[in-house]
Amino acid sequence: MKSIKLLFLVVILLIGKWNFAQEISFVKGSQITTWKANTSDTLYIYNFWATWCKPCIEELPAFEKVAKDYQGEKVKIILVSNDFKKQIDSKLKPFLVQNKIQSEVVFMDETNPNNWLGLVDENWSGAIPATLFVYGKKHQIGFHEGVLTEEELIQWIKKYIP
Amino acid sequence: MKKILIALILGFGLNQIAFAQETEKKGYQIGDIATDFNLKGVDGKMHSLASLTGSKGYLVIFTCNHCPYSQAYEQRIIELHKKYAAKGIQVIAINPNDPNREPDDSYDNMVKRAKKYKYPFNYLVDETQTVAKAYGATRTPHVFLLDQNMQVVYMGAIDDNFEEPTQVKETYLENALNQLLAGLKIEMPQTKAIGCSIKWKKS
Repeated sequence: MKSIKLLFLVVILLIGKWNFAQEISFVKGSQITTWKANTSDTLYIYNFWATWCKPCIEELPAFEKVAKDYQGEKVKIILVSNDFKKQIDSKLKPFLVQNKIQSEVVFMDETNPNNWLGLVDENWSGAIPATLFVYGKKHQIGFHEGVLTEEELIQWIKKYIP
Repeated sequence: MKKILIALILGFGLNQIAFAQETEKKGYQIGDIATDFNLKGVDGKMHSLASLTGSKGYLVIFTCNHCPYSQAYEQRIIELHKKYAAKGIQVIAINPNDPNREPDDSYDNMVKRAKKYKYPFNYLVDETQTVAKAYGATRTPHVFLLDQNMQVVYMGAIDDNFEEPTQVKETYLENALNQLLAGLKIEMPQTKAIGCSIKWKKS
């Protein structure tokens, strides 16, 4: 009986893992200040995107590939979703599963971009995709508005971690 | 050693230049005088700001067909036009996207969309993208409010809630419109909003 229970549990867990690629945590705009204030020796790359944004989707494979290539190194990519809140279950989650997205995804839980866009970069117009680089160890912060290719992303990383 | 040092200094200098270019602001700033344009509308006719005689200002909105953010604001733009055209400020909607990159934003589809949703304003196509570049538009929707002398008095967002029109608390653009019409200083001349990046032609 015990083993059946265990088997059941394992099956549930497996299905769970297969069905739900990942939990998406919600962040508030104020989190950006915290992100930028960290002092770790890991280079954090925050990519602002949404499933409805075509150029964002086009550049995602580059981010996923770079994340894979830099596995084990001090580089972490976080995808900050700006999807519509009511489309998290209907669009965002299925997209992540279908495209087997491995990078961590967080959801920007804000209705008013005017409150937080400036925290990322004062010159950011609000067009996505956009990418924020935080290398806390050297207090270096970089920002790029627009699409990044794999080569460009690597160049950005090399600015901080040669 | 000396060579390395020179290379380092040069490299650093170039880096600085690259950074300067990246952060350099493009397009209009508040207070700039906008240039007029002459663009084809969904009615097949050419339209310029100068042709809107008797205007108390111009509400230029870069928008498009395909972008979910533009779609989320479409009805609100229609309402704004209805409310403010009567007071002397019309909406002039401009689609700057390259239809080769976004077929939904072709001229034909603009005509269809304008018809389907009964746009009460002019919906113009910026085929060469020169107007969007001159204004410094980067996304859709992107709002530029000009006074009657075509001076830029407000740029940015329509309001503070793209997803739920019923939960809007700050009507940034309407506030600016009311202040402009009342001859008051625009309290918040610039706001930021998320939007779909403009699909520039690939050179």
